[in-house]
Amino acid sequence: MRYEAPSTIDQAVEILSQADGITRVLAGGTDVIVQMRSGMVEPDLVVDIKRIDAMHEITPEDGGFRVGAAVSGAQLGEHDGVKALWPGVVEATELIGSTQVQGRATMVGNLCNASPAADSVPALVTAGAIVSIVGPGGARREIPAYEVTTGPGKTSLEKGEIVESILLPARPARSGDAYLRFIPRTEMDIAVVGAGVALTLHPDGTCAEAKVALGAVAEVVLLVEPAASAIVGTRLEDEALDALAAAASAACRPIDDKRGTIEFRTKVAGVLARRAAVIAHDRARG
Amino acid sequence: MLDKAKDAVIDREFKLVGSRPVRPDGVDKVTGRARFGADISAPGMLVGKVLRSPHAHARIHSIDIHAALQVPGVKAVVTRDDFAENAKHKDVLCNVMARDKALYEGHAVAAVAATSAAAARKALKLIKIDYDILPHVTDVDEAMRDDAPLLHDDMITSGVDPAPEKPSNVARRFEFGHGDVDDGFAKADVVIEREFKTEAAHQAYIEPHACLASLTEDGHGELFCCTQGHYAVRDICASLCGLEVSKLRVTASEIGGGFGGKTTVFLEPLALVLSRKTGRPVKMVMSRDEVFRASGPTASTSSSIKIGATRDGRITAGQGEFRYQGGAFTGSPVQFGAMCAFACYALDNVKTVGYDVVTNRPKQAAYRAPGAPMAAFAVESVIEELAVKLGIDPIEFRLKNAAQEGDKSSYGPTFPRIGLIETLEAAKAHEHYSAPLGPNQGRGVASGYWFNFGGATSVSLNIHPDGTVALVVGTPDIGGSRASMTLMAAEELGIPYDKVNCIVADTASLGLNETSHGSRVTFASGLATIEAARNAKTEMCARAAMIWEISEEAVTWEDGHAKPAGANAGDFEPMSLADIAKIAEKTGGPISGHFEKNPAGAGASFATHIVDVEVDPETGRVEVKRFTAVQDAGKAIHPSYVEGQFQGGAVQGVGWALNEEYVYGPDGKMQNAGFLDYRVPVCSDLPMIDTVIVEVPNPGHPYGVRGVGETGIVPPMAAVANALSAAAGVRMTELPMSPPKVLRAIDDTRPSIAAE
Repeated sequence: MRYEAPSTIDQAVEILSQADGITRVLAGGTDVIVQMRSGMVEPDLVVDIKRIDAMHEITPEDGGFRVGAAVSGAQLGEHDGVKALWPGVVEATELIGSTQVQGRATMVGNLCNASPAADSVPALVTAGAIVSIVGPGGARREIPAYEVTTGPGKTSLEKGEIVESILLPARPARSGDAYLRFIPRTEMDIAVVGAGVALTLHPDGTCAEAKVALGAVAEVVLLVEPAASAIVGTRLEDEALDALAAAASAACRPIDDKRGTIEFRTKVAGVLARRAAVIAHDRARG
Repeated sequence: MLDKAKDAVIDREFKLVGSRPVRPDGVDKVTGRARFGADISAPGMLVGKVLRSPHAHARIHSIDIHAALQVPGVKAVVTRDDFAENAKHKDVLCNVMARDKALYEGHAVAAVAATSAAAARKALKLIKIDYDILPHVTDVDEAMRDDAPLLHDDMITSGVDPAPEKPSNVARRFEFGHGDVDDGFAKADVVIEREFKTEAAHQAYIEPHACLASLTEDGHGELFCCTQGHYAVRDICASLCGLEVSKLRVTASEIGGGFGGKTTVFLEPLALVLSRKTGRPVKMVMSRDEVFRASGPTASTSSSIKIGATRDGRITAGQGEFRYQGGAFTGSPVQFGAMCAFACYALDNVKTVGYDVVTNRPKQAAYRAPGAPMAAFAVESVIEELAVKLGIDPIEFRLKNAAQEGDKSSYGPTFPRIGLIETLEAAKAHEHYSAPLGPNQGRGVASGYWFNFGGATSVSLNIHPDGTVALVVGTPDIGGSRASMTLMAAEELGIPYDKVNCIVADTASLGLNETSHGSRVTFASGLATIEAARNAKTEMCARAAMIWEISEEAVTWEDGHAKPAGANAGDFEPMSLADIAKIAEKTGGPISGHFEKNPAGAGASFATHIVDVEVDPETGRVEVKRFTAVQDAGKAIHPSYVEGQFQGGAVQGVGWALNEEYVYGPDGKMQNAGFLDYRVPVCSDLPMIDTVIVEVPNPGHPYGVRGVGETGIVPPMAAVANALSAAAGVRMTELPMSPPKVLRAIDDTRPSIAAE
C-alpha cells in the first residue's frame, strides 16, 4: 500500500487521478482505518489530506460558513458562529463516535463514507449545504449535499475527485434546524433511524419553508417532501405534526438488520421527524 | 456448633478488615506498567494467527498448507494432524482445533507462525480447505427437534432411563426437586405459566485472549497468558501437547476482565505446538472479532415456568423446564440453572428439569454465576407477576416464601445460615423502595442466588528478616483480591497493611490452585491466607518460647507480638514479628506459613435488586433511572471491591437485559462481532449503582466471608423486566428487551387498552 500526504489539493487530485487500483482519501480516518483493520478494504493508495492547510479552515462566506474537508467534529463544535447558524448540523456531527473520535472525525468524511445511517447527512441535506468538489486538472464543481451519496458506500464523485469543503449557506430570519437519531444506548452507536428538519417561519408565525430528511431508512438519506409540505402553511399544530410523522413513515423503505426492524424504523422515523420539527420550530421562534 | 462459630465471627473486632486501603496493583494499573496478556515479548518471537471456519457446519475433507508454507517468513503451519487424539480432553481438543468437522463459524481449522503479522495473514489466505457444507442449527428449540441437523452422530442423551436409541443434539438431562408439584398446583388459588427465551451474552472483557508460548525440543515449556486459572491451563495444555505437568510452567498475566470467560484454553495449545514446531517463542493475540466468534460466550436458553400460590401469598408449587444450548459441545450450564431457579424459596413441591443442548455456536464458557441468571429471569418474572396478581407487595411476597437456615433447598441440600431474608428486609427498608416515580417510570424487584465454591487452594506466607511478609497466592486477581488477601494477612499477623506484599505465583512456584471462579477467591484463598498466617504465628511463638526458655504453650500472639502468657505472663518483653524475624537465622532458620487443602464451607450469597426504569412509549427505549443492589457478603473484607462486584454484576445484567445479544443470520454466521453492534452499556447509559452490603457471616470462613463475585448478575434481568412491566404494562419474556421488541409489545397492548 502507498501512502501520500500532499500539501496542496492540486497535488492530491493529481496523485489520485493517476493511481490504479483501490484508492481512499484519508481525513480523520475514523471510517477508513476501521475498514482497513477489519479487512473490509485493502487500498493500494491512501491519500491523506490533513497536511493541506486550507482543509482545516472554517471561513465566513456570504452570511454562511465554508467548512474544510479536514475540519474535525470537535473543531466544528467549538465554533460559535456555525453553532448559532446551523445548530442541527453541528449537533448531528457531534453525535459521531466518542470524544476521542470527535477529535479526528470530519463532517466531509461522514458524507463521503456514504453510509445510509451517517448522522451529519440528514442535517446537511435539510440545511441545503453545497459541496465543493475538485477534480483532475483543478476542475471545480458544486453539488447539493443530497447528491453526493448514491448508495451504501457509493458516491457520485468521479475518479480523482476530492471534496474540498462544504458551504453551509446563510440562513433566513426566523429559521431553525434540528437533528435527532435513535440509538438503543446514549452514545457510541450508529443511528437506527435519523431525522433532520430545517424550517423558516413567516413573520406571522406560520411555516414558510421546510425540509425533512431521514437517515437509515433507505439505501440513501431521503429528502421527504410530503413531510415538509405537511407543515408548510401551518403553525405546527398537533394535526400538522401528525401528518408530518405519517408522511415521514410513509416514505421509509428500510431493511431488517441487526440494528432494527422495518416495522421499528418506519414508526420511529415518524416519531423522530415530529420531535425534530418541534425543536426546529422552537429555535426558529427564538 | 454452628451457632457457636457464628457468634465467634460476629464477636470479633477487626482492625484492618473492613477498611479501604489502596490496592497493591493500583500504581501499575494506572501508569500502564501492568503486564497484560499481550504485553510481553521474547527474543526471536514469532507471530501466530488462526484460520477459522467461515461455515457454521461443514465437514473438512482436506487441508492443503503447501502454498502457505511458501510465503516468506512463514515458519510453521499446524492443523488437526499436529494434535494426537485425547480421550480426557476430547471436546477441548476438538474446540481448539477442528477435527473432522468445523462445528461453528469461527472454529479454528489451522494456525500459522511467521516472522510478521503480515506474512501470517498472507499464509492464512493461502491455506486451501475442502469443505462439505452441512445444514446448521443455532437456536436451542430448533436444535431439539427430531429433524434438526445433528452435530455429533454419537450423542446419546445421558440422564434418561432407558437411554434413547437414536442420537440427538440433547447431551444430557437433569432433574431436581422434591414433593409433588401436581398436588401443589391443586392447592393453589392462582397459577401462572409462562415461556421465556434469553439470547447468548458475551462476558465482554476488554482484554482479548493473548499468550506467549515457548516449548523446547526436550519438552520444557513456558507459557505467559491472560487467564483466570493458570493451573488449569497448565494441566490441559500438558495433556493436549503430551508434556509432563512439571515441565510446563504457566504464568498468569494481569487480567483485563474474565468474568468466567478465561477459565479455559483457546490459543495456548496452538501457540505451544507452533513453538515446538519452529523452535521459537510464539505470541498469539485474538482480535475482537475472534473473541466474539471463537471464545466462549454464555448459553442461549428457553424455559417454561409454572408457579402456583394461595390467596394469602404462599407458593404451593414451582416447576421449571430449562433448555440451554452451550454451543457445539456438551457443557451448557443448564444444571446450575435448574438448581438455582427456585433456590430463593422454601417450597414443599418443586421440580426442575434441564436439557443440555448442542448447536452450531462457539463452545460456551462460564459467565458469572453460569446458568443462574437465565433461570432467575424466568422464575423471578413469574414471582413478580404472581405478587401483582395477588395484590401483595413483591418484597413481602418473597419474604413470605423466602428460604432460610434449615430449609431444604429446591435442589437437595439443606441450607445452613443464609442471608436472603436480610437482603429482602434491607431492600424493603431502603429509601429507594418507596421513592416517588415519574411518568412512564416503573419499579421492579428480583432476588438471586449463587452457590459459591471452595476448591483446591495453596498459599505460602514468608516472614522476611526485615519484618515484612511475602504472601504468595495462586489465584489470579480478577477483582482486587490481592488487596483483600493483604488485609487478611495483616489483620491476622497484627502488622500494618503495607508490610505485606501479595503476589500471584506461577504454577511451578506454589502448590495447586483451582481457577479464580465460583466466587471462591476471597473465601478460599482468604481462608488459606489466614490459616497460613496462623501457621507462621505458631512457629513465631515457638521461636519466642525457645528464646525465653519457656514452653510453647506458654506463648500467645497478640497485636503483632509474641507474648508470654499464663504463669509466665509479664515475665518477658513481648517480641514483635520484626524482632523474631530479625534473628530467625539464629533460632532455627526461615519462618514460613503454609496452607494446602480444599476448603469446604463456602457460604452461599443471596441478593435482592431494586430497579427503576423509564420507557419511551413511542420508541420502546428503556432507560435505567435508579438501581440499588443489596447483597450478602458475609463479611466485607475490602468494602470497595465488594461494592465493585455488586455494581459490575448489575451493569452486566442490565446489558444482558436490554441490548446484548448474539445476532445470527440465516447462514449461521454471527452478525455483530464487535462492540459497535454487540451493545454493552456505556457509562452514560447507567445511573450510579447504589449498593447495600448485608453481612450475615458465613460460619465456614474464619472471618465470615461469602464470595460476592457472581450473585450480582443473577437478579438484574428479572428486576429490569419487572420494572418495565410496571412502567409500560408489558410483560417481556424474551431477552434482550431491545427497543424494537418493547415497542411492538407496547403497540400490541395499546389497542386492547383502548378497547377496554
